[in-house]
Amino acid sequence: MSMEKFQYDNGIVRNFAIATVVFGIVGFLVGLIVALKLVMPDFLSFLPELSYGRLRPLHTNAVIFAFAGNAIFMGIYYSLPRLCKAPMFSKALSSIHFWGWQLIIVLAALTLPLGYNTSKEYAELEWPIDLLIAVIWVIFGANMLGTLYKRRVKHMYVAIWFYLATFITVAVLHVVNSFELPVSLTKSYSLYAGVQDALVQWWYGHNAVAFFLTTPFLGIMYYFIPKAANRPIFSYRLSIVHFWALVFIYIWAGPHHLLYTSLPDWAQSLGTVFSIMLIAPSWGGMLNGLLTLRGAWDTVRRDPVLKFLVIGVTAYGMSTFEGPMYSLKNVNAIAHYTDIIIAHVHMGALAWNGGLAFAMLYYIMPRIYRTELFSVKMANFHFWAATLGIFFYVISMYFGGLAQSLMWKEFTADGLLRYPNFLETVLQIMPMYILRAVGGMLYIVGALAAVYNLFMTARQGSLLAAEDDEAAPLTTHRGERETALHRMLEGRPTQFALLTLVAILVGGAVEYVPLAMIDSNVPTIAAVKPYTPLELEGRDLYMREGCNGCHSQMIRPFRSEVERYGDYSKAGEFVYDHPFLWGSKRTGPDLHRIGGKYPDAWHFRHMIDPQLTSPGSIMPAYPWMQEDALDYSDISAKVAAMRTLGVPYEEGAAERAADDLVAQAREIAQELQESGFDVTYDREIVAMVAYLQRLGTDIKSDSVYVAGFEKLMTRRVTATADAGGDFDVSEPLTDASSLEAGKVIFDGAKGLCYTCHRTDLGGQIGPNLTDEYWLNGCDLPNILKNIRTGFPQKGMLPYGSGQRLTDEEMLQVASYILSKQGSNPEAPKKVDQQRAQVCETTW
Amino acid sequence: MSALYLLVGFSLLVALVFLGAFFWAMKNDQYRDTHTPAMRILFDDNSPTSTRSQESPREVSQ
Repeated sequence: MSMEKFQYDNGIVRNFAIATVVFGIVGFLVGLIVALKLVMPDFLSFLPELSYGRLRPLHTNAVIFAFAGNAIFMGIYYSLPRLCKAPMFSKALSSIHFWGWQLIIVLAALTLPLGYNTSKEYAELEWPIDLLIAVIWVIFGANMLGTLYKRRVKHMYVAIWFYLATFITVAVLHVVNSFELPVSLTKSYSLYAGVQDALVQWWYGHNAVAFFLTTPFLGIMYYFIPKAANRPIFSYRLSIVHFWALVFIYIWAGPHHLLYTSLPDWAQSLGTVFSIMLIAPSWGGMLNGLLTLRGAWDTVRRDPVLKFLVIGVTAYGMSTFEGPMYSLKNVNAIAHYTDIIIAHVHMGALAWNGGLAFAMLYYIMPRIYRTELFSVKMANFHFWAATLGIFFYVISMYFGGLAQSLMWKEFTADGLLRYPNFLETVLQIMPMYILRAVGGMLYIVGALAAVYNLFMTARQGSLLAAEDDEAAPLTTHRGERETALHRMLEGRPTQFALLTLVAILVGGAVEYVPLAMIDSNVPTIAAVKPYTPLELEGRDLYMREGCNGCHSQMIRPFRSEVERYGDYSKAGEFVYDHPFLWGSKRTGPDLHRIGGKYPDAWHFRHMIDPQLTSPGSIMPAYPWMQEDALDYSDISAKVAAMRTLGVPYEEGAAERAADDLVAQAREIAQELQESGFDVTYDREIVAMVAYLQRLGTDIKSDSVYVAGFEKLMTRRVTATADAGGDFDVSEPLTDASSLEAGKVIFDGAKGLCYTCHRTDLGGQIGPNLTDEYWLNGCDLPNILKNIRTGFPQKGMLPYGSGQRLTDEEMLQVASYILSKQGSNPEAPKKVDQQRAQVCETTW
Repeated sequence: MSALYLLVGFSLLVALVFLGAFFWAMKNDQYRDTHTPAMRILFDDNSPTSTRSQESPREVSQ
């Protein structure tokens, strides 16, 4: 049999390798920047484009699609031709794939900081880029399938199966999750709303982890571990079982991202069951990889490639154990929304994906450059810096997340939240945030060593762009098959029928989606109404700034959450939310019931500078919202698009949208101006305030839900009153040291009174405390009682629950307040004429 | 909850594709030999500078 000669294209492998390294460093650095921003909110805050909410999606997209993505392609373009004994199908397609993918990355790096963000996690890119991704992905698949068709080895090695599964599934996921209605070139709305959108998003999000960050890397593991250790995989049979079990189970696990939400229970249970089942194939695969090294662990000590492969596969085992555990409802109740999940995903990204990516780089670069690795010592340094960095990162985040979660859920003996101020739980874990940034820095230091090492390796060698190989052709009648594909299909009625069925299913589904989604938007709660045009614009600003990166809008039905945020979220409240904005992480508090909780002025001050209302807050400031004019030129198109999606705006709502918007904006702006703020109706902040004040308020007007909520509040107030007691104090303290102590407490040491009453007691959220108008009595016993029991339904905390202020401290504060009578602060809060009573204080 | 049916449909579709691929693999005798493919990939390295590729894979007791 004659041997056929052919050449492997190493140039394309080199290109993907460079892209992996470059975008890896970029992705890590952006990650470090956002980590530092959580410690120092003012860091790099001079440009809106560099604010936390806009950089976070850039970080996740850069690491997943630019770093891990290019690493996958590097691995596939290196291993697939060698496994097939055939060059890649088309050099042109390879080239289009490479440059197309880099173009997508550059577009992402430009549009995400500019605020073009669909808000769907790991699918934030706007619709034109979505289309480009689909095209490039199909080109990649065609190139791969063509190579397989031309292969000279009949058996398809298990790695190839993993690559194929990646291509097929990611294509379907991307298409289904990206159904969106364009409003303009840079704006679109998801076809799905609320719960449905959440479900589609996390079906996508989970399977993106499964089929973009897992299956291709498993293929890479099955190729590079045997090659690097120069011994066959522990059990090839097991690898086959691993593959088929994994692909059939993985796709059903998505709902575990939505436990305790408004998703139907059976769907949540389905997600949990399949997640638990996943342990079996995942650990089978991990053990298969590690056991390949049995009897050869001495080589791991010497070879940095194997070192990175081992830590990668070990981390894969840990992540795939954690995943199923977090899918158990009782564990999820604690872990969800916290930094525990951040630790989990970084274990996967830094160790599993990062480990395998760097292992490949250290393996491939010397080979295609025909040389040895420049410095093994430096690679070992990289390994230890990265490993240590990962430890710092994940351990601090596990502990920080757990600590914060337990603080959120802790109650006092009186049945009140022990940490009612969310900020307290954030400040508690700040040391952990600092340690996390240190971990990230270590990882980057290691990666920079890798860049230098790989660069020097390339410099000391020379690229073998076309590598010769030879193999015997396959003995099938390939030529005949090539020319008569159609005849073949016709000659095989069963297969042809099956293919046709698949085609029809796909076509049918594409047509069915829009219809089904619109039909299902029939509201189930009558009080829930569409957003006003101004609120709609505010909602778009919320997405632009990436607020959902830190704030959830989904209150789970736990007592701790209902006490803290208000009534738990109902599925029917989200029917007009295109897209849904539930979020997945609570770096800040949940916002679903924020509407009406604070006055407009509070939101204004809080957005412009969070330190004014919440000293110590790590939320970034948004001063540009006060300066920049709201661009509402698209509002008619937006309302019209919402109507198309089935949101029941009235006839003509789109035409009037701009007028309605201006009318509502003027009202809000006037109120803000009366509070003394420099703002006109056409500023972005006005739309933002409008949206925030609308959130979660619809069902408060619905009697069915109100009844339950009122009952809850009554219980809370009763519990608060019980915590009080009779005071036997008739005279305020007047000595200077007591008054000074009262001032210190009032100004923030323990009381935070000033956030609502101002340091000069002139009032902003809470009333002015210096005039003769009082809402709840002005004598000392009454003031003491009010401090002790608070007004939880109005937002004032009870300070006497035994945790916050002692009796003596309360007396000091009350005395301080009384000593300020008649001090006439500048621009005090207006008197509530309906409730306030004139009350002459006698001292 | 029509999105559920949609996703179940698409998930089944993907599963169906994989099932078809599985039957193809069985029919194509892909898994008749589950021993040599693991060995064969170790022999495709023709890198002149790699010393490891010159030595044959170590014996493995299965």
